[in-house]
Amino acid sequence: MDWRDHGILLTVRRHGETSAIIEVFTEAHGRHAGVVRGGTSRKIAPLLQPGAQLDVTWRARLDAHIGTYAVEPLRSRAAAAFSGRMALAGLNAVVALLSYSLPERESHPRLYRQTEQLMDLLGQDEIWPLAYLRWEQALLEDLGFGLDLAACAVTGATEGLVYVSPKSGRAVTAAGAGDWADRMLPLPPCLLGRGPESDAEIVKALGTTGHFLESRLAMEVAHRPLPQARGRLIDLLARSP
Amino acid sequence: MNSTRDIDNLIELMARLPGLGPRSARRAVLHLIRKRALLLTPLADSLRLVAETARECLNCGNVGTSDVCDICSSEKRATGELCVVEDVADLWAMERSGMFKGRYHVLGGTLSALDGVGPEDLRIPRLRDRVVSENITEVILALNATVDGQTTAHYIADQLEGSVRLTSLAQGVPIGGELDYLDDGTISAALKARKEI
Repeated sequence: MDWRDHGILLTVRRHGETSAIIEVFTEAHGRHAGVVRGGTSRKIAPLLQPGAQLDVTWRARLDAHIGTYAVEPLRSRAAAAFSGRMALAGLNAVVALLSYSLPERESHPRLYRQTEQLMDLLGQDEIWPLAYLRWEQALLEDLGFGLDLAACAVTGATEGLVYVSPKSGRAVTAAGAGDWADRMLPLPPCLLGRGPESDAEIVKALGTTGHFLESRLAMEVAHRPLPQARGRLIDLLARSP
Repeated sequence: MNSTRDIDNLIELMARLPGLGPRSARRAVLHLIRKRALLLTPLADSLRLVAETARECLNCGNVGTSDVCDICSSEKRATGELCVVEDVADLWAMERSGMFKGRYHVLGGTLSALDGVGPEDLRIPRLRDRVVSENITEVILALNATVDGQTTAHYIADQLEGSVRLTSLAQGVPIGGELDYLDDGTISAALKARKEI
């Protein structure tokens, strides 16, 4: 069996003395692992940095086998990632979350395209945090835990949405929340695609998306804590002037 | 079979060494047996000695035969500069260059979410202590130009920010390197770090 696709390198693990097992988020085949023969060599190892855009050909005798990858680099994102703390923390958060949350060999073409766009923005620190927030919303949606922020879950109003229900993930107005307001999650305007987009607002919004990543994904599906890389990115955003 | 059991054992052990497989281990063992007086006996003595005396330096994590390595115990190396490396092999590589005259600090790895390596698994708390106790003026982060290496460098920089001058190794075209064979990431880094001539 074999196929050819392009994808974003998520993880690299050494396999024996000379090979590496890589995980690639491909457009048509989702998160897919495979062995790269000679993957630890001086020639290939520099190309196998997380975030790299690769053209991959996967081969195996049976579909159930891990198979081998032949990789061709399309573009490296290492220089953009190494350009600053934010870019590096962002890259780590994205690849860690994808590797953590995506089921193996299940295609997510829409999320793939959004991830590629997000990765290409690495190094542009002014717009990257907001792009990351959008991407995290898309990740939740693709995994089936999307937020419904179109109208208030209680009153049906489409204006004055200020909270998100921590249970249903639906927007709620102040009037709709009533006495339950202190149990609601904040709905900063940037989560709705409007209003101020300062880092502080984005961090607040990431707190809300983080709640659903934690409660839906980490607790119910993965049964392990979210990757620390996401926490480090949010710490950095919170500390940025 | 019994008559060669010890030799087979030796071949099996040698085959576990990096760079050696069963075939090359067999060749090496055969060579050692043929050069018994010249190689095998001195090698066995040396292995026994190193097995008894080799240990990690309590200060920097370098490998030596005493509790504090030669670099840490030399007063000449107390220049106020501390070079942070990932592994002992990196320290040896830096020493081969002969350019650095300060002291080292071996982290013992890099931060890695995938492998579950956190700051507490590396010698980062000890690094903080050393910066204070040894009056360090500059910390050179000589970590690999990989995502994990640079993530670790930024983490350490966060931890030490304000207390000491922090520098990192330059990234760019290696000596003898040809632009045509370099990846685009290296070329970008080299271009960003260009200097006047």
